[in-house]
Amino acid sequence: MKYSYFPGCSLEKNAASYDVSTRAVASRLGMQFTEVEDWNCCGATEYVSLNLTAAYSLIARNLAQATKNTGLDQVVAPCSACYLNLRKADKVLGQDARLADRVGKALAAGGLSYKPGSLHVRHLLDVLYQDVGLEALTAAVTKPLTGLRVAPYFGCMIVRPSFHNGGEDPEYPTSLDKILKALGAEVVDYPMKAHCCGGHMTQISEDTGFEMIRRLIKGADDYQTDVIATICPMCQLNLDGFQGAMNRHFSTNYHIPVLYFTQLIGLAMGMAPKDMGIGDEIVSAAKALAKIGTAVEPEPAGPARRKKDDKSLPMPSRGGGVA
Amino acid sequence: MHRKSASNPFLEEVAATAPGGDALRTCLQCGTCGGSCPSGPDMDHTPRMLFAMINGGMREQVLRSNTPWYCVSCYYCTVRCPKEIPITEIMYALKRLAVRDGLYDDTTAPDFSKTFIHWVEDYGRSFELGLMGVHMIRHNPFGAFKIMDMGVGMVTKGRMGFAPTRIKALDGLKRILAKAKELEAQT
Repeated sequence: MKYSYFPGCSLEKNAASYDVSTRAVASRLGMQFTEVEDWNCCGATEYVSLNLTAAYSLIARNLAQATKNTGLDQVVAPCSACYLNLRKADKVLGQDARLADRVGKALAAGGLSYKPGSLHVRHLLDVLYQDVGLEALTAAVTKPLTGLRVAPYFGCMIVRPSFHNGGEDPEYPTSLDKILKALGAEVVDYPMKAHCCGGHMTQISEDTGFEMIRRLIKGADDYQTDVIATICPMCQLNLDGFQGAMNRHFSTNYHIPVLYFTQLIGLAMGMAPKDMGIGDEIVSAAKALAKIGTAVEPEPAGPARRKKDDKSLPMPSRGGGVA
Repeated sequence: MHRKSASNPFLEEVAATAPGGDALRTCLQCGTCGGSCPSGPDMDHTPRMLFAMINGGMREQVLRSNTPWYCVSCYYCTVRCPKEIPITEIMYALKRLAVRDGLYDDTTAPDFSKTFIHWVEDYGRSFELGLMGVHMIRHNPFGAFKIMDMGVGMVTKGRMGFAPTRIKALDGLKRILAKAKELEAQT
């Protein structure tokens, strides 16, 4: 199983744990990934809000890079936004002749070309579910996640719009549920599984952004979830990184760790938590993972503070004023 | 092919700007879009109402509405629309028209998109710290305090890059984008 691999900007730093766990799991399952050479940002949802031709040209450069000299006809993206952008551009350029003509001319200015339809764009979840399959995944499990209650969280862009989702229901997808079940986890029938994390809304309107995060976290909490399993770096950043700010916004005190599904697959295959990037999450998963007997190395303590002793200077007395 | 409206140039403009936007003419005004929208309560107009306004030729009011900027691209409306109107694509098209004509009252969302793309155009990759930093200073200076713990966590866990990655063929990318913008301006 050979594929081009498109990590995307998030996986370089913020979602590095997704990248390392993806590469480790893929290699263990016999998949060969060749990173797309000198790939660029897909433009997320931002470029298409400003300039249509430039947005599609930016994406098309990646499609051109992925087909250039690789001999591979499938590209895998672990990020849902990258995946949808690549997949959608391939489709739209095949349908809209005028846009395709402009994008073709733009690519030519950079010495590149891309013929729509020559690349099959896949999301990592789809590849693990369809190509590797549940049987092979089950066979690879050595340390089942028994007793861990996991909520499968798909988010939006892998199941909608529905032209590309491989027959999954756009509102009630189940592939991730089945994968987690194969790992031995107790899968939560999570009602918010295909709802939106809000994308960039925390930066546009806190009221809107935090409310969308609250619904997802509360939904998981209502079902006694130990861990939310995600397949997208934007969803992870919103649910994990902004969980504290959301808690303060609503005076709530939720504590639900959010891990990438590849991290859970790696753990179930007996890989070390550290090698899966466990510990990178802001809301610690240590307590949840202790349930399956996985000890996470404690975080290194900060520099030791100087102990107070009798020789310390006295603190100023309270109340101020002259005694 | 649907009948073109000679009397409503705005409808023609929107239909031509969004890939697949022609389907907008078939809107039934059923309201499934607004009822499916997770950020609908914070929008000036539901998508259904906005489409009625497009049909009514209310160009300036439509482009000044915050509705497209509160669209989170979740595609719920798109998969539920009984007439298969690509509503999310129409929202993107309305944003592009509003940006081109400077028709927006709140600059927060358009500025966010512009800042994001600024890094991409200059380096080839996006840059989270630069994006959040520039955007928060401009639009939410006190917001930084609210996410201080997150920021510290992101830095200590090595999740925050301090410089954007520059792609090797940046010159080529710049030529591609310059040509694309030139061609877009002619449309």
